[in-house]
Amino acid sequence: MFAFIARRIIQAIFVMLIISLVGFSIQHHIGDPIRDLVGERVTPAEREEIRDQLGLNDPFYTQYFRFVKKACQGDLGLSFFYKKPALEVIASKAPATIELVIVTTIILILISIPGGIYAAIYPKSWFSRIVMAASTVGVAIPVFLTAIMLIYLFSVELNWLPSYGRGETVNVWGWESGFFTWDGLKHLVLPSVSLSSIMLPLFIRLVRAEMMEVLETEYIKFAWAKGLHSKRVWFVHAFKNTLLPVITVFGVQMGILFAFTILTETVFQWQGMGFMFLEAVERSDTSLLVAYLVVVGVIFVVVNTVVDIVYGFVNPMVRIAGIK
Amino acid sequence: MKTWNRFKNSYLLYSFKRDPIAILSFSVLSIMVVISILAPVVAPFNAYDTSTFDIMDGETPPVWMESGDKLFILGTDIQGRDLLSAMIYGLRVSLLIGCGAVLLQAFMGILVGLFSGYLGGKLDSFLMRITDIQFSIPYLIVAIFSSAIFKLAFGVGRYADLAVPLLIVVIGVSNWPIYARTVRASVLGEKNKEYVEAARVIGISRWQIMFRHVLPNTLTPVLVISTIQVAEAVMSEAALSFLGLGMPITKPSLGSLIRSGFEYIFSGSWWITFFPGVLLVIFILVILLLGDWLRDVLNPKLYKG
Amino acid sequence: MNHLLEVKDLEVKFALRFGELTAIDGVSFSLDKRETLGIVGESGAGKSVTGFAIINLLSKPGYISAGKILFEGQELNRLPEEEMRKFRGNRISMIFQDPMMTLNPVLTISTQMVETVLAHRDVSKKDALDIALEKLKQVYIPSPEKRLLQYPHECSGGMRQRIVIAIALMTDPSLIIADEPSTALDVTIQAGIMDLLLELCENEDMALILITHDLAVVSQVTEKIVVMYAGKIVEAGPTEAVIHDPKHPYTQGLIKALPGSLQPGSRLNQIPGMMPTLTDIPRGCAFHPRCTISDTVCQMEVPALISVSDHDRMVACHMVGKTIR
Repeated sequence: MFAFIARRIIQAIFVMLIISLVGFSIQHHIGDPIRDLVGERVTPAEREEIRDQLGLNDPFYTQYFRFVKKACQGDLGLSFFYKKPALEVIASKAPATIELVIVTTIILILISIPGGIYAAIYPKSWFSRIVMAASTVGVAIPVFLTAIMLIYLFSVELNWLPSYGRGETVNVWGWESGFFTWDGLKHLVLPSVSLSSIMLPLFIRLVRAEMMEVLETEYIKFAWAKGLHSKRVWFVHAFKNTLLPVITVFGVQMGILFAFTILTETVFQWQGMGFMFLEAVERSDTSLLVAYLVVVGVIFVVVNTVVDIVYGFVNPMVRIAGIK
Repeated sequence: MKTWNRFKNSYLLYSFKRDPIAILSFSVLSIMVVISILAPVVAPFNAYDTSTFDIMDGETPPVWMESGDKLFILGTDIQGRDLLSAMIYGLRVSLLIGCGAVLLQAFMGILVGLFSGYLGGKLDSFLMRITDIQFSIPYLIVAIFSSAIFKLAFGVGRYADLAVPLLIVVIGVSNWPIYARTVRASVLGEKNKEYVEAARVIGISRWQIMFRHVLPNTLTPVLVISTIQVAEAVMSEAALSFLGLGMPITKPSLGSLIRSGFEYIFSGSWWITFFPGVLLVIFILVILLLGDWLRDVLNPKLYKG
Repeated sequence: MNHLLEVKDLEVKFALRFGELTAIDGVSFSLDKRETLGIVGESGAGKSVTGFAIINLLSKPGYISAGKILFEGQELNRLPEEEMRKFRGNRISMIFQDPMMTLNPVLTISTQMVETVLAHRDVSKKDALDIALEKLKQVYIPSPEKRLLQYPHECSGGMRQRIVIAIALMTDPSLIIADEPSTALDVTIQAGIMDLLLELCENEDMALILITHDLAVVSQVTEKIVVMYAGKIVEAGPTEAVIHDPKHPYTQGLIKALPGSLQPGSRLNQIPGMMPTLTDIPRGCAFHPRCTISDTVCQMEVPALISVSDHDRMVACHMVGKTIR
């Protein structure tokens, strides 16, 4: 088990290094740290001097190592637009995105697991057929269209829910949260429903397919032969086995979910990291961009590694024999 | 002629004819493809020619609504461009980028998979490492990032000119790993078959064996995943355009039309977003449905059942 | 006379898209307490289906279309699902072929044992654990307390099958149906499992139905035997009698095919051809295309299962009395 965790962590570090290398190369070639520091009205001579001072004429490797060192200390450069350390800017925007992702995940779990299981146990039912048809169509609808449709229906036409922004937020130990006010919660509804719409078809179908496969196994047949109650067969014997592959897929999809926050936040003017990223592109704020890449990379790698390790604990075949 | 006869009698055609969804999807898709290729002929206006539209015509609703205009069947966008024409041209661009990107992905992925699988050894480990690393990063993030970088590097003006090829490259590079993995798996399976050994014994060179003997036999799974890849590529392009990182507003794709229309649904001009949206969804849907059918038909496991 | 189990004219069909297939056609046999019955036949002959039909555990398109299954006087095949559930794993236990696939990989041995008795008896969890320990000892599992806490993949094949048998014993059933219990195991372990089953039947007053294709195993373990071919019984009777004096050409062919009866270096005796699939069962006697003594009547009429000689021997053959060449 320890070897398993160690291997996962080493893999994670390796991927992080690659991401940092890519991030650094981008900053190196496209960014203009001098402009970030002192603005545009600087003579060429002064530029050269500043370049030397900043060590910008050093070889690539030296600059890269400096970059990594500073990154590990939390220094990811200055944001040109905000005139603040990039990490600080991201930190201020992160709660918005994280809360959005949390609510989306809850929606996903609450709908896809029961839905998928029901559709697997009763595959010919109306519910099952509707779910399958809806997910086939649902996959074809891009998230921003879903978001726009939802806004049109619930904001413009029915006027039930707000269509942009986070609403009222409460500052809980530095974390701007939308969870504590009705207004904040109302604002969370449409964005998270939109975001979940990307993954919902996939997950419902996945849970259903896995469950159906599990229900065909010998050990489930044996469970029936033992005369156990149906609920026990489905929720004790079948459920855990269904969940294992779903956990793995979930880890991978988390990263994709983050990619889609960029799209969703754009539609809802949600002041999170994704929206910040796009603004950074508009404003040519390279440091912020690179910082975003590194931070999202870290989040992504950490989530994946944690999910892998959780899977290792949950699956007794891995946990005990260390097979993987 | 012989190939045509083989095709006529094949299981593929047989199963196609019996599947109403496949027939419907294929028909719809064909119509769309034909319309988009013939865009200059079919569309009422040339959506790219700024001289053909007048901002005074902007935000005209579809013809069946009050204040609609017979000239603009589905209404106009904010710049006065006929929506129907813009949609047709947009469809064409989406199709072009979608297919182009997938061709690039397939090209890169097949080469990597082929070399990796057949030649094995250190080359295999190295290439698979790269594939795995890129595989672990969601393709959409790669696409969004690459296009953002390109936009910054080239500046807005030049980016607009180079948009189509750039998007093809960006989307192509973001999603090739799946081809590499698929082909490699196939090649590993074929490598040990007798016809490969026979070819080696006769003395045919490695390259010939790889390209003329093994490669054709690995193409079935490639075909199966290609439809999904085209759908994903189209969706990526739409997403990028929606974010402002794709096609510029002067040469709109369906994604950029949706983007430009979004701000105006609050003022009531819903059609600017609605019609391109519907077209995009139908387009992607028929590609996916055909892909599903193709996958079922080509799946060797199903022959036994 | 009331038998423990009586199967009368059992018919099982599979309702498929293009029609219905008959998997079992008119099978009848009976079993008493402490008796061991072997159901023998090739793969696809319908023996496993018979086993599943007794506890009504047929896979989806399959269903019992005719016949009766009487257990301790009660008609099982007409029972609603909830009533049937009370018999399964309780009065009648079934064990399957591959113990690795039979045990759920993500649940502990103790969970899988205890739940069996908790589903049918009103006992406390602690009592259930005690019963589990007792049963593990009965099947000769060393350090049973440790085993309870382990997962299936931590045990060897032979041990797993013993655990499965222990699970089957949890509720002190009257009948155990064993579907190819030793086929997936090493030959050396097989004998141990078979001995164990026999011993348990004697000590616990249980009846055993052994479903297998392995004639050698059947001849050593069972008292009565039923030979199935293409969904029908072709021969039935006391095991020893049937093995030493087979009356049906198919059975004769099976016995002759056993390598034990040959001289070293000589060719194996095969029955030419293959058993037909459910979709192409021949007209008349299903075996006639492969039979060396078949006649025109065999191609036209299905032979009925009739008594021959004494000692409850039954054969379904028009040509009874002739031996194959």
